Amino acid sequence: MAGGVRESDIAELETPLRARRDLRSLVTHQIFGPLLALVVAVIVFALTTSTFFNSGNLALIAQQSVVVGTLALGQTLIILTSGIDLANGAIMVLGSVVIGKMAVGNDPVLAAVVGLVVCVALGAVNGALVSWLKLPPFIVTLGVMSVVMAAARLYTDSQSYPITSDFLTVLNDGPAIGGVTITYGVMLWIGLTAVLGFALTQTSWGVRVYAVGDNTRAAELSGIKVRRVLLSVYVVAGLVYALAAWQALGRTPTADPSGYANGNLDSITAVVIGGTSLLGGRGGVVGTLIGALIVSVLQNGLTQAGIDSLYQQVATGVLVIVAVGVDHLARRRQQR
Amino acid sequence: MKIVRRAAGSAGLRVSALALACAFTAVACGGNGAGDTGGKPTIGIVALNLSNPFFGTLEKATENAAKAKGWKVMKAEAKTPGDSATQVTAIENMIANKVKAIVVTPASATALNGVLKRAEEQGILVLAVNAPLKPDSTAAATYATDNVAAGKLIGQWAKASAPAGAGVAMLDFDLSDAPSADRHKGFLDGYGIAASALAGKALTKGTEDTGQQEMENLLSAHPGINVVYTINEPTARGAYTAIKNKGRAGKVVLVSVDGACSGVQDVRDGVIGATAMQFPDKMGQKAVQAAAAYIKDGTKPEGGIVDSGTQLITDRPVKGLASQTSQWGLEHCWGPK
Repeated sequence: MAGGVRESDIAELETPLRARRDLRSLVTHQIFGPLLALVVAVIVFALTTSTFFNSGNLALIAQQSVVVGTLALGQTLIILTSGIDLANGAIMVLGSVVIGKMAVGNDPVLAAVVGLVVCVALGAVNGALVSWLKLPPFIVTLGVMSVVMAAARLYTDSQSYPITSDFLTVLNDGPAIGGVTITYGVMLWIGLTAVLGFALTQTSWGVRVYAVGDNTRAAELSGIKVRRVLLSVYVVAGLVYALAAWQALGRTPTADPSGYANGNLDSITAVVIGGTSLLGGRGGVVGTLIGALIVSVLQNGLTQAGIDSLYQQVATGVLVIVAVGVDHLARRRQQR
Repeated sequence: MKIVRRAAGSAGLRVSALALACAFTAVACGGNGAGDTGGKPTIGIVALNLSNPFFGTLEKATENAAKAKGWKVMKAEAKTPGDSATQVTAIENMIANKVKAIVVTPASATALNGVLKRAEEQGILVLAVNAPLKPDSTAAATYATDNVAAGKLIGQWAKASAPAGAGVAMLDFDLSDAPSADRHKGFLDGYGIAASALAGKALTKGTEDTGQQEMENLLSAHPGINVVYTINEPTARGAYTAIKNKGRAGKVVLVSVDGACSGVQDVRDGVIGATAMQFPDKMGQKAVQAAAAYIKDGTKPEGGIVDSGTQLITDRPVKGLASQTSQWGLEHCWGPK
């Protein structure tokens, strides 16, 4: 992850000091806070309910996280460039209903390809408006969201389409280990996190993404082609949303124009709880994965504890504010 | 009802939807055409969230009945549940356009009271459909489903169909929503169970994905759940997916409310055990009948809340409880077939 502390040569020689610094770099690492929150939440629910902490339920929580979690990966890329994507839920829903409706009487693979093209194209539209016309991402994606949501309803006549193709619902299958199913959807989600994490931290593209998000002007002056980077981020995000659409068809085997109405805000929630800064340039996809898990753990655990699910919204909201607060303090300290 | 075949709306969506709705309203209502021009009366239809097929059906039925009488129609729509501001603006425009009657699906029980009173003072007949205003005398008459009765019907059916040692769970929509609370109460009454005796309950957003998620959570905590109430049919279908994934398909009694064609099809396919059908087209037609009498000679409807009827739909009838089959249901359902 970006921001990892480099050890000095001296520390290399002095083991005790290094150990202490390792601990400090761990504690100050961006995913430490989210990880701690996740662990605490799991422990609390494991102690307070008899049904939370078992492999079946934990696998279920992972499955429940994949759609918003995948959406949030695309959202992370965009937020890293100090943008925001309000349209991602709508784009995913349009992708899924295009696939669902086209799959009726057509080859499901063809339908999936068309859905993918639709999502990527819409990502490109967002990217072009943000990078070439330099319009604010908030406004661009707000507009695109309205258009896309209406398009999904017009296209389907507000009807939902049941999915019967095994190919389209394959992400809900998977090998059972000790009676617990680890779905391909969960594997895809984790795999995608790893791939994007690698791209962000180990490739020059990733360095540019962080540079653009941290300070666009400085990135431009240092020779980075900012427009190209921005466009590439929105296109990759569109591709990720297409995978989220596939995830959604696996989880809920229906293409529903009214589903995932809060996909955009839920994905932003996961990103922020995962420690990525809304100001851009700081954070990463592993944190986002943890952030999405935290939200699912809260929802699952509170339901199992028999607590009104409105409290889940309270807890999630508090976590969002805490996460933004921590980020704010970290930035202030850095500026001093 | 504010619910919900599908309750919708992120905050972000609301912002844009409101802007769009205002623009739409200006187009739909700001146009010229006073109510009396050409001798044809104009009536106003204030709808709610037409992306929801229930409200779409209600609005179309009202409009078609009005046009069959040769009237002009002014239309406006609130884009999200609870978007009263757009409805107030629309009603103001309708008053300015001197419509003869306003048929409103209220987004809120009280937010429209002021503007509707002004309409009444101008001699405009105000009719509510789908949900009553508070007090219900704000409208000359209200045509709506008795949601307590609807909940009761499926509660009674579920009780009669429940396996021994039933664990009952409820998948609700926000209970501050009146129809949602009424169905909830009706089900508890009909089943004869106290809320405290439920094996589990959770709030959904009235959609398939949220229904599935909460059912998964409940089943994980209480594997013995075998009777499930759902606020509407999309929620029921989501719950069914969770039940099926858990390998318990066929062992859980699932009931719902609405009577959308897709929901009745789910009854036919054995996904839902029974559902209570609503009749949005009757609500609209009755409202237009009342408006016709008023336009003809000033006769006002009798007033109060007029039940537009509820029908239990199931292919597994139980003794002492009148029901219709899914076949009948498919002939009388609403929404896309």
